Amino acid sequence: MNTKDLATYAKNTWCPGCGNFSILSAMRSVLAELDQEGYPIENVVLVSGIGCHGKIVDYMNVNSFYSIHGRTLPVATAIKLANPDLKVICFSGDGDSLAEGLDHLIFAAKRNIDITLILHDNRVYGLTTGQYTPTSPLGFKGKSTPLGTAELPMNPPELMLVSGATYIARGYTHGIDLLQKLFREAIVHKGFSFVDVLQVCVSYFNMYDTYNKRVYELQGNDTGSFDEALRLMRTWNYDGGDAKIPLGKFYEADAPRLDQAFSAIKPIGAERDAKILAMLENFI
Amino acid sequence: MDDFSTLIGGIAGDGINEAGVTVARLFNRLGYRIFMYYDYPSLIRGGHNFALVRASRSNIAVQRDQIDVLIALNQETLETHKARLKESSFVIYDADKVKLDGTKQKGCGLPITSILKEEEAPAVMKNTCILAGFCRVVGMEWAVFEDILKKHIPKKLEQNLRVAKRGYDSAAEFCRVEKIDQPSLPIMTGNQAISLGLIKAGLGAYIAYPMTPSSSVLDFMARVSPDFGIKVIHPESEIAVMLMAEGFAYAGVKAAVGTSGGGFCLMTEALGLAGNAEIPVVIIMAQRTGPSTGLPTYTAQGDLHFVLNAGQGEFPRFVVSPGDAEDAYFWSGVALNMAWKYQVPSFILSDKITSESQYNFDPAAAGEVLEEPLSIWNGQGQYKRYQYTDTGVSPLAYPPQKGQKIKSDSYTHDEFGITTEEAKITREMNDKRLLKGQAMAADLEGYETVKVFGDDKSKTALLCWGSNKGVCMEAARKFGLKTIQVLVLSPFPEARLKQALSGVERLIGVECNSTAQLARLVAGYGIRTQEQILKYDGRPFSLDDLKAELGRVLA
Repeated sequence: MNTKDLATYAKNTWCPGCGNFSILSAMRSVLAELDQEGYPIENVVLVSGIGCHGKIVDYMNVNSFYSIHGRTLPVATAIKLANPDLKVICFSGDGDSLAEGLDHLIFAAKRNIDITLILHDNRVYGLTTGQYTPTSPLGFKGKSTPLGTAELPMNPPELMLVSGATYIARGYTHGIDLLQKLFREAIVHKGFSFVDVLQVCVSYFNMYDTYNKRVYELQGNDTGSFDEALRLMRTWNYDGGDAKIPLGKFYEADAPRLDQAFSAIKPIGAERDAKILAMLENFI
Repeated sequence: MDDFSTLIGGIAGDGINEAGVTVARLFNRLGYRIFMYYDYPSLIRGGHNFALVRASRSNIAVQRDQIDVLIALNQETLETHKARLKESSFVIYDADKVKLDGTKQKGCGLPITSILKEEEAPAVMKNTCILAGFCRVVGMEWAVFEDILKKHIPKKLEQNLRVAKRGYDSAAEFCRVEKIDQPSLPIMTGNQAISLGLIKAGLGAYIAYPMTPSSSVLDFMARVSPDFGIKVIHPESEIAVMLMAEGFAYAGVKAAVGTSGGGFCLMTEALGLAGNAEIPVVIIMAQRTGPSTGLPTYTAQGDLHFVLNAGQGEFPRFVVSPGDAEDAYFWSGVALNMAWKYQVPSFILSDKITSESQYNFDPAAAGEVLEEPLSIWNGQGQYKRYQYTDTGVSPLAYPPQKGQKIKSDSYTHDEFGITTEEAKITREMNDKRLLKGQAMAADLEGYETVKVFGDDKSKTALLCWGSNKGVCMEAARKFGLKTIQVLVLSPFPEARLKQALSGVERLIGVECNSTAQLARLVAGYGIRTQEQILKYDGRPFSLDDLKAELGRVLA
């Protein structure tokens, strides 16, 4: 298998220079490698929401469920519970998972279900042509907020840490090697893994220059420490200040998972029918 | 004794529902057929709850207004239900809490507080005490009660039996309910029958957020999940509920969800997804009084058009509305099969009465529920999730499939499941979905989607759906009328209904809503109802209500 086998005939309609190309390329490489290493590609299921990010499933020749806006995680959770042998990977946008579907994100982390969520965090609504999102900085002038937003942005890694996610990292679409490393770690991790990807929207919120000046890769941080992870996550709050932006793995832990909770065997045919008949006796 | 009604009332938290079931079991043991209506307000402790248990020699599915025996655990029960008493009725009551002053009916007070105190029994055993007393009042042998207690309430059995015996011995015989020569049948709620029908048809997962009157499906499924390997999940919202069911279906597990109107509002978003992505899912929609929060614990048939039309765009759906536990069992199995054979959303449209009332359940009369074979991909060539076929039904495959990709899509898509905005494919995929609806309708011709009861030659017929089946059947019998029950509401069984209407000159719609929703639906097929009998106060028709209304209409 090489990455070309993971392409489809669908015409790519992302804008030239869109950060989504890096996510697509990184994910194809990682899945092709994992296939070689014994994680067969037919066991992978991709789930996406709606927005520019969602198109990624049309561009990948892999099992997929193209869901609706904000609704990747409940679908993905059930696919994993239905067949724990599947590797389930969600792609979601910041409007998708942090606005419309925020409850699902918090609950996926709380349940520590063994799936991965890649957040295409471009901090703007692209397909609807330029409105603010939950991670847009204070004062962001979008089409729905022409005078600038009056709300502070959310900090997604911090939210995931306090909600119970057991793998949390941040990547950037300039920096494909790190992105591949984080994707691979997140997919292999047992439990709910979350990768916040600073994915630049060239059309409505081009942050390349800002990010290029401020990002740095974490080295030697204690990823088993909740407190250290929280401290590092808080060094940049998605606002407009001059703070440096840490990239890499913040946190990884082991915790009980929802997908470990179902073990009863389903009887079929005559065995099931006999059980129903026996149960009827209790209703007399 | 042909027809005997018992009412037990007390405050919420007294265990009135379970006490009512015990009364039903007693009559059932003696060979009678039973129906129990349970009435309770939306609170946990206090308020007034009552269970109205009717027993009869023949099958029944409706309560009567008047009662033969009143079991009063508090004064409020006596005051609230005094008007139901006939001159010949009898009252059995907790003598420490209830005063019978001014009531002309005969009665018997049990010293429950002192019995419990002397036996050092917990307060909850007052039900056992008074129910055993009731047993004596209606002339049932002690052994019948003892047997039911042993089977259904095995906790602290010895003490419970002592309390019961003292209740039995303290009471006086008022009448004698004779044993009749009929086998005892299982007693269950419509929700339990729905659950068993789904399990029998191959259910693998049940997902729900609690909402009255559907919650007891969730409770039942969770309780039996170890026996049947059903994955039962209670997630964050009905939005998640519906999406999880679709995730299970994508991966090959047959799933159902349950809710009432408010929860279904949240599910409609993913209902459209199921329609377009062609994902099978069963939705138990148990109606209650709306709009909005409405009366949470009372009934209505106000959501027929909501269920028929929910979701954006056009896609086929199966909708059945069972009228009792036997309907509920059989048709829930059919609903699961229809969902999977045609890859469509499939509704079991119930209401508080069908869902929470207690019915006799005769498996032989209900009909055999099967797990029907599906259109499964044969493994040849390239798999296409949305392959065009003569019936519109594309073969199913679930991941993993070596060398294949299974792509499900909420967007308009091509056969492979890749998003497209092409005009030609948009039209073809729409036609494909409609074809499935036609194939399903043809399949349903083999089912009794419309049922006719009563006098087939009568020129006057009652038209009903859902829980009004029982009351219509019985009232129609008294007036020599025909009853037509429309079970399947989508795809609409036009030909069958028209056949059932042959010879009918006067059609009377009976519904628990204010705008005659079924009448409006059949009007679209050129069928007119001449009269409407509508009830929309949250309470079901009693037999006496409908007889009075019919008397007025037919006069």
